[in-house]
Amino acid sequence: MATAAAHADAHEVHDHKPSFFARWFLSTNHKDIGTLYLLFAFCAGMIGAFLSFGIRMEMEQPGLQYFSNPATYNVFVTGHGLIMVFFMVMPALIGGFGNWFVPLMIGAPDMAFPRMNNISFWLTVAGFCSLLCSLFVEGAPGASGAGTGWTVYPPLSTAGHPGPAVDFAIFALHLSGAGSILGAINFITTILNMRAPGMTLHKMPLFAWAELVTAFLLLLSLPVLAGAITMLLTDRNFGTTFFDPAGGGDPILYQHLFWFFGHPEVYIMILPAFGIVSHIISTFSRKPVFGYLAMAYAMVAIGVVGFVVWAHHMYTVGLSLQTQSYFVFATMVIAVPTGVKIFSWIATMWGGSIRFTAAMHWAVGFIFLFTVGGVTGVVLANSAVDKYLHDTYYVVAHFHYVLSLGAVFVIFAGVYYWFPKMTGHVIPEWAGKLHFWLAFIGANVLFFPMHFLGLAGMPRRYADYPDAFAGWHKVSTYGGHIFGLGMFVFVIGVVLAFRSKERAADNPWGEGATTLEWTLPSPPPFHQFETLPHIVDEPGAH
Amino acid sequence: MAAPQPNPGRGANRTALACAGLAVGMVGLAFASVPLYDAFCKATGYDGTPRQGPALAASAARADDSMVVHFDTNVAPGLSWKFAPETNSVEAKLGETKTVFFRIQNTGTKPSSAVATFNVQPGLMGGYFVKIACFCFNEQTLQPGETLDVPVVFYVDPAVRDDSNTAHFTEMTLSYTYFAAKNGQPVTAAVANSAATGAKRDF
Repeated sequence: MATAAAHADAHEVHDHKPSFFARWFLSTNHKDIGTLYLLFAFCAGMIGAFLSFGIRMEMEQPGLQYFSNPATYNVFVTGHGLIMVFFMVMPALIGGFGNWFVPLMIGAPDMAFPRMNNISFWLTVAGFCSLLCSLFVEGAPGASGAGTGWTVYPPLSTAGHPGPAVDFAIFALHLSGAGSILGAINFITTILNMRAPGMTLHKMPLFAWAELVTAFLLLLSLPVLAGAITMLLTDRNFGTTFFDPAGGGDPILYQHLFWFFGHPEVYIMILPAFGIVSHIISTFSRKPVFGYLAMAYAMVAIGVVGFVVWAHHMYTVGLSLQTQSYFVFATMVIAVPTGVKIFSWIATMWGGSIRFTAAMHWAVGFIFLFTVGGVTGVVLANSAVDKYLHDTYYVVAHFHYVLSLGAVFVIFAGVYYWFPKMTGHVIPEWAGKLHFWLAFIGANVLFFPMHFLGLAGMPRRYADYPDAFAGWHKVSTYGGHIFGLGMFVFVIGVVLAFRSKERAADNPWGEGATTLEWTLPSPPPFHQFETLPHIVDEPGAH
Repeated sequence: MAAPQPNPGRGANRTALACAGLAVGMVGLAFASVPLYDAFCKATGYDGTPRQGPALAASAARADDSMVVHFDTNVAPGLSWKFAPETNSVEAKLGETKTVFFRIQNTGTKPSSAVATFNVQPGLMGGYFVKIACFCFNEQTLQPGETLDVPVVFYVDPAVRDDSNTAHFTEMTLSYTYFAAKNGQPVTAAVANSAATGAKRDF
C-alpha cells in the first residue's frame, strides 16, 4: 500500500514514518492498523466467498456434484459463516473503518492504547489461522473440518465431531474474540476520553456513536460466547458435562448462552454500517442528518433491546407460551428504533440536493435491501410462523438480506466514500456504479428466490434436495455468479485508481461532507491533530 | 497548546479498567449461568425438569381428575443393560401418590454402574410432576446377570389445572435414559464415537 507517502506535504514537517517492517508488523498507528484490518478483511472475505461459491455450485442441481461427502459440504457452510462473521464483516466495519475514522472524526491524534490496538489485530489474524487449520484436520468421523454450523451446537459439536477440527474452530473464536474485546475497550476509552475540545457526546458524528454502542455490545456479549465455547471445549476434552445429559447437563443451555451472544452479534455487525450510511446519505444529500439525536439513541435502544430477545432463535426448543409471547413482543419492539433510522435516512434525502455518486448508490441500495431483510425479520419474529420456517432457506434469505446485502453493501459504500481520503487516489465512478448494479442485481437474484425455497420447505445445511426445489436453486446460483462478476469490477476499479495520476482533494465530496476527516489532507498525515481542533459550531452533529 | 500525548492518561486507564472488569464479569456470569440454570430448571420445572418434594396430604388428591402417565425407558449405547417399566402407563389421580417399579438387568459379562437421567414431556409438565423418591437419584451397580426392581414414587400436582398452558393436558410421558457412570461421573469415552441419543428397547 503506497498510501501516505504521496502526500507528506508541508502541513506536517515531522511526518516521518518507520521502516516497512516496523510500520506494518509492529504498527501502532491507527490508520495503518485500519488499513491492515481492511486488507485482512478483503483476503478473508475472498476465502469466505470461495466457500460460498462451492456451496452455490453444489446447490445448482439436486444430487451430489462436487462434494463426494456431504460432511465436507457442511464444513464449507460452517467455514463460510464463521469467516464472514468474525473475519470479514467485523474486521472491516469495526477494525478497519472504526480504527481509521473514529480518531479522525472525534479529533483525536490516535487510539487510546496504540499497542493494544496492534495486539487486537494480530490476535484476529491468529484466530483466522486457527480456523484455516481446522479445515484440514479431522472433524466428523471420516471427514476433515468442522461441519457444525457457525452456531457449534452440541451434541453435534461434541459427540458428533470427535476429531480436533472443532477444537481449532473454538480456539479461532477464542483468539478473535479476545482481539475484539481488547479492540472494544480501546474504542470505548478513546471515545470517552479523547474527543477534541468542544466535541460533546451529543455533537459526536454518528459513526463514532455507532462504534461506541458496538464496542459496548462486544464487551458484554463476547465474554459469554467465550465462556460457552470454553465449556464446550472442556466437555469435548476433559470429561465435563455442561451440555451432556449423561452427566446432568443440558444442550439447551448452550443454545441460551450462544444466542445471548449471537443476537447482539448481529447488531455488532450492522450498527457500524448504520453509522457509515448516515454520513454518506447526509454528504450526498448536502443536508445534515435528519433527527441526529433520535438516530444516536435509536442505536443505543437497538443495542439495549438486542440483549433481551435472544430466545427468538430457539422457538422450537419447547418454550412455554408466555415465554414465546415475550420474545415475540420484545423482538418486534426492535423494529421501532430500526424504523426510526430508516425513516430518518429517507427524511435526510427528502428535499436534499442529491448526487448519485457510487457511494450513494451503495447507501441507497443498502436502505432498500436492509428494509426487505427487516420485514422478513418481523415475519420470523412470530413464534408460530417461525416453527414452520425454522432452519429453512427463508431464514437464510432473511439474514443474507440484512448481512450480505446490508453490512456488505455498506462496507463497499464505505470503501467508495472513504477511498480518496484513505489513499489519496480516486476510484473511477463508473467502476463503483457498475460494481453496484452487478452486486445489486446479483444479490437479489441470489437471495430473493431463497424466500420461495424456504416457504416451500427447503431446509438449511443439506447438500442435496428433492428435484422440486431445483428451479429456484438454479436461479440463485446464477445470481451468485453475477455478484461474483461485480467483485472483479471492484478489483479493476481499485487497480485503476492506483494507476491513475488523479489525486483526491482534501474534501472531494464538497460542502455536504462536514466531519473532521475532510479537513485533513488526502491521505491524512501519518500523525494528525498535533494541535487539537476546537469544535465551535456543530460539525459532527450537523 | 502542547502536543497531546497518544495516551490520554489516568482517565483513560480508569475507563479501560472498568471495561476490562465488565468483560471479566460477563465471563463469570457465563459460568455462573450453569448452576443458576440448573437451579432455575429445578425450581420452575423449566424444560421438563421434574420437581422433587414430599408427598401431598391424602386429602389433597382429586378423585374426579386424573392424568395418564406413560413411561419411556432408554439405555445409552455402551451400556449393556435391559431397562423396562412394570407397566407402560398408569392413570394417576391428581395429587395421589403413585409408585411404579422398573426392572433393570445387566446383560453384559462385567459388573457395571450407571445412572439414569430423567425428563418429562411435554416440557411444560415439569413444574407439575413431583418426584418423592426415585431410583434415578442414585447410581446403580449391577453384577453380570443381576436383575433389580427399582421404584419411582411421584404425584401429579393438582395445580396443573390452574395453569392455562397445561390445564388441557390429559397425558404425559416420563422418560429415563441410563448412562454408564463411575462414581457419579459419566463414562463418555465409550459413547463418544456413536450418536448421543439412547437406543430404544422394545419389550
